[in-house]
Amino acid sequence: MDLNTIEHVQQPGARGEIPPFSPGDAFVGGGTWLFSEPQPHLRRLVDLSTLGWEPLRVSPEGLEIAATCTLAELNAANLPAEWPAAHLLADCCRCLMGSFKVWNMATVGGNLCMSLPAGPMISLSAGLEATCLLWAPDGTDRRVSLFDFITGPRQNALRPGEILRSIHIPAAVLARSAEMRRASLTRHGRSAALLIGTRDRTSGAFTLAVTASVPRPLQFHFPEAPDAQTLRARLEAGIPPEGFYDDIHGAPAWRRHMTVRMAEEIRNALYEGDRA
Amino acid sequence: MTLTINGHPTDAAPRAGQCLRTFLRDQGWFGVKKGCDTGDCGACTVHVDGEPVHSCIFPAFRAKGREVRTIEGMRGADGLHPVQEAFIAAQGFQCGFCTPGMVMTTAALTQGQRADLPIALKGNICRCSGYRAVEDAVHGIAHTEQAPQDAPSCGVSLPDPANHAVVTGAVRYTMDVPVDDAAHLKILRSPHPHARIRAIDASGAYDVPGVIAVLTHADAPQACFSSARHEVSKDDPDDLRILDDVVRFVGQRVAAVVAESEGAAEEGCRRIKVDYEILPAVFDPEAAMAPGAPILHHKDPATSRIGAPERNVVGEVHGMLGDVEAGFAEADAIYEGNYASQRIQHGHLETLGSIGWLEADGTLSLRTSSQVPFLVRNALADVLSLDPALVRVACGRVGGGFGAKQEMLTEDIVALAVLKTGRKVKHEFTREEQFTAATCRHPVRVRVMLGARRDGTLTAMQIRVVSDAGAYGNHSVGTLFHGCNEVLQLYRCPNKKVDGFAAYTNTLPSGAFRGYGLSQTVFAMESALDELARTIGVDPFELRRLNVVRPGDAMRAYSDHPHDVEFGSYGLDQCLDLVEAALARDESVPPDGAEWATGQGMAAAMIDTIPPRGHFSDARVRLTEDGAFELTVGTVEFGNGTSTVHRQIAASVLATTPDKIRLVQGDTTQLGHDTGAFGSTGIVVAGLATERAARAMAERLLAEAAGAAGVAPEACHLEDGAVRAGATAVPLSALAAQAGGTITVEGHSTGSPRSVAFNVHGFKVAVNRGTGELRILKSVQAADAGRVLNPMQCRGQVEGGVAQALGAAMSENLRIGPDGVVETPNFRSYLMPRFVDIPRTEVLFADTYDRLGPFGAKSMSESPFNPVAPALANAVRDATGVRLTHPPFAPDTVHAALAASGAACE
Ligand SMILES: Cc1cc2nc3c(=O)[nH]c(=O)nc-3n(C[C@H](O)[C@H](O)[C@H](O)COP(=O)(O)OP(=O)(O)OC[C@H]3O[C@@H](n4cnc5c(N)ncnc54)[C@H](O)[C@@H]3O)c2cc1C
Ligand code: FES
Ligand code: FES
Repeated sequence: MDLNTIEHVQQPGARGEIPPFSPGDAFVGGGTWLFSEPQPHLRRLVDLSTLGWEPLRVSPEGLEIAATCTLAELNAANLPAEWPAAHLLADCCRCLMGSFKVWNMATVGGNLCMSLPAGPMISLSAGLEATCLLWAPDGTDRRVSLFDFITGPRQNALRPGEILRSIHIPAAVLARSAEMRRASLTRHGRSAALLIGTRDRTSGAFTLAVTASVPRPLQFHFPEAPDAQTLRARLEAGIPPEGFYDDIHGAPAWRRHMTVRMAEEIRNALYEGDRA
Repeated sequence: MTLTINGHPTDAAPRAGQCLRTFLRDQGWFGVKKGCDTGDCGACTVHVDGEPVHSCIFPAFRAKGREVRTIEGMRGADGLHPVQEAFIAAQGFQCGFCTPGMVMTTAALTQGQRADLPIALKGNICRCSGYRAVEDAVHGIAHTEQAPQDAPSCGVSLPDPANHAVVTGAVRYTMDVPVDDAAHLKILRSPHPHARIRAIDASGAYDVPGVIAVLTHADAPQACFSSARHEVSKDDPDDLRILDDVVRFVGQRVAAVVAESEGAAEEGCRRIKVDYEILPAVFDPEAAMAPGAPILHHKDPATSRIGAPERNVVGEVHGMLGDVEAGFAEADAIYEGNYASQRIQHGHLETLGSIGWLEADGTLSLRTSSQVPFLVRNALADVLSLDPALVRVACGRVGGGFGAKQEMLTEDIVALAVLKTGRKVKHEFTREEQFTAATCRHPVRVRVMLGARRDGTLTAMQIRVVSDAGAYGNHSVGTLFHGCNEVLQLYRCPNKKVDGFAAYTNTLPSGAFRGYGLSQTVFAMESALDELARTIGVDPFELRRLNVVRPGDAMRAYSDHPHDVEFGSYGLDQCLDLVEAALARDESVPPDGAEWATGQGMAAAMIDTIPPRGHFSDARVRLTEDGAFELTVGTVEFGNGTSTVHRQIAASVLATTPDKIRLVQGDTTQLGHDTGAFGSTGIVVAGLATERAARAMAERLLAEAAGAAGVAPEACHLEDGAVRAGATAVPLSALAAQAGGTITVEGHSTGSPRSVAFNVHGFKVAVNRGTGELRILKSVQAADAGRVLNPMQCRGQVEGGVAQALGAAMSENLRIGPDGVVETPNFRSYLMPRFVDIPRTEVLFADTYDRLGPFGAKSMSESPFNPVAPALANAVRDATGVRLTHPPFAPDTVHAALAASGAACE
């Protein structure tokens, strides 16, 4: 929709051209959320797409995803075969309620900075233990883990004027086996619970990220493969019934039920699957 | 900035925060539609450098230097794009408002995406069709038929006459006209559920450059009216002012700002200071009727026609036939249960809106999105004390209605603004306003009590109905009466009792919604009958056969009062057989796994073919000098398909093909009167007027020809383009010339007597007891529509009704929070079905011919909605043993219900 209070648009070509931050400014990733709601408090848009960041960079250390990488680019990524967990990239794109036409515009960084519980790029980053690189207006940088970046529904660690530059996923995590499960009230609707489990193929360790059903991503780590009971007990102890998110996309009790159920499905797929 | 649009180099500067959608429309590309403005519905889809995007969330400044293609640019030098051809051949639309976006999206799909339409089309909403027609269009399956040259065209699946314009983006909906000279109107809405306005300080608004006027209750007439529109305007309570000094729901108008731009009007709204005295509010209809509740309308019941303002009762209905006490005493089995249907939104893709201006002769002219232009004209004249002859209301094509546009929700304020400012004024609802400030289906609670003998015969039926009117009465009385009527009229039981109430609450007003009050009571009744059938061990189809009315029976709901409903035809027996057989022969395979439970269910519904209390239509047929016919009707086209059928009817009578009938419609200056297209009357009332006008024309032509040829009229008959009189063929143009240039005749119909139509729905479902997921394995509906004049269109009406009902049954819920605020104000939170959510429905027609309707036809657009939710709940009950009583049956609700009765798996 038209954002009628916007007076200026800035399109910086380099970090040095990013204007000093003032209240009423918003950075534009894809603009798919910004333009989908009235924003009467905004006066200026700062377009990040003109900074020309390389969307995806593969290195021996892992995968660097620029904040401005679109979901379409992420979905089409061609990643090394020794990264079995890479299928999660496309899987998570599909979990955005928006269509593939939204993927053409929406960015990974925009999704993280929105910090909605149902943010599929947040789930991806949580499941793959990403760290976020933040650019401060004074020219300094800092890195925070995804779990510290997202602090609650529509809340994150960004300080005024700070920009999410990129996220980094370690190669060691991409080398794990991974499974994703999702629940939604409608077939391709908004995520009500989205869980990603990974299994370290050398140590056998199990790591589970619980997202969408809780206000902010949670991680459960098991140095050894848990059995069904252990997993369930850890989840029930780790997330009390009132710890589940309550909005129109699913009743908390059902989110809790689905979280426990899908965690077991993931465990089963990663550990029992190959024993059978 | 420069860019290319549909091959045209364009140099224009967008506003800084403008989205591509409005920028393209500013350049005159009206094929780019607004369904939501939030990226959810896909109606605004365009291609940027070949990639499909939702233009409403695409920053216009990013289109610089790029190549943009809209629906208008899809057509090549060699004709239509193949996808456009396919949407014509399949008639992949009804109102067509979603079509430009559907075509643009489909044209961009890869082979792989075409194979996975649930994902590929998840960003495209169609509210009318139920997606079957869209799917067929994408896959190139054709359905439209050509008019036969030598036989009447009634019964043939003729295409929508506007199909070419729909698929090319050329058709003009309400807002698709240049408005460079118009001022824009935006509304400041109440943040409180109940408050008195002590003072409004609009000076801040006037400081905003571009603001022309601020309208408050001081500018509005004192007269109260109803936003509901009926033939008899006194049917609905007069409880609403255009702008009031008391607001009764969050979202009600407080002030209107007229400005040179939408941005200035919005800013003006933000600058208005309102001093509210907060009043106590009530949100529950039972609580509202209890002693001590805050009163919403301190009005005189005699003049306002509010039932009992001191108890917040808009209207009530009480009636009894026979003796229910005795009936229950006679019963071998008694069932009692509580049901509640929720608030839902119509979701028509074109939002409400109108544009008003003054003509040179002082006529107030409105172009609006309405199902009832004539009634709106009358209401405007009433409320604003104008001469009706100096008010004109006209419609373009309308992008869906479903009852929502049987209200006056934008025209009154636009008219007031035009009169105050003298300017042309445009007011277009946002999608959020559709959810927070338009109307919705009434939330209704029903307590049902049924008694039956062991053999299945009903001995007593009793319902207590409580309907939540919201803050204004509008359609509450009508929907209450209708909701208590056919639901009981369908059954022959001698003892029936009804107590019904519609109560005011401080919430969004409820209004007319497809089914008009019946969907909620039918859900309760047909669920209850299913339980009763189980208790006494009678098959649900058998239970219906034993108890439904048959020709010869008196049709009585809860009173002996005489009425004008007759069995013009009867196809319920066929409908029951058709659905039963379809379920029996179904071989769908349930999903694997012990957690899945499967079952089947059915429900029946009846509807009077025309609303009561008068429904009038005029139609005019004119033979023009060149020997062509022009047909003028009042009915607006909003996806109901009536434009096609009117022409089919006229052509069938006049021995010609429908393409030779020019249709003029939906303009109050063109015709005497038309009550409008609601209550599914576009065919049965207006169509009958058309048939009568056409027959009058035929007679006149035969008489003229007989005179000219000197033969008896009996020796003449109509041919395409001529009248054959004995051996000679007299061309129509000659007859026109002979009659002085043109011949004009009129037809009229009064909507009485009325007939009855029937729908029976059947489902097979699988329910996952571990997740609460509900999957439909088979969906079948049999409809008794009388003679089906256009099978493709009628099937589409049934499919669309089923799809909308499935949304209501499975996911849609317009939630209002404890503070009276709507919690689902957009398509992302209000879960309207997407492609993936709607299964195919097998549509079967009873073979009947109605002696009251035009060419044997009956109505068929509201009623397919009504039996769907109960049939689904009955199937779930069959599968799981659990009775669901509160839709929507989303997985969380289903799982909770299963868990509560111990039927869930871990
Ligand atoms: C139809 C539809 C469905 C949607 N479904 C979902 C869904 O299922 N789940 C979900 O989470 N979201 C959903 N969204 C919301 C939103 O579109 C997505 O979250 C999307 O990924 C946001 O990305 P963007 O680049 O378009 O963000 P933008 O709209 O550009 O920005 C979003 C917010 O993040 C800020 N921002 C963007 N990039 C940066 C950056 N690099 N550094 C600092 N701040 C930044 C912006 O200032 C703004 O506040 C949906 C949107 C639509 C239109
Ligand atoms: S108008 Fe753009 S997606 Fe609905
Ligand atoms: S035809 Fe699709 S919305 Fe009306």
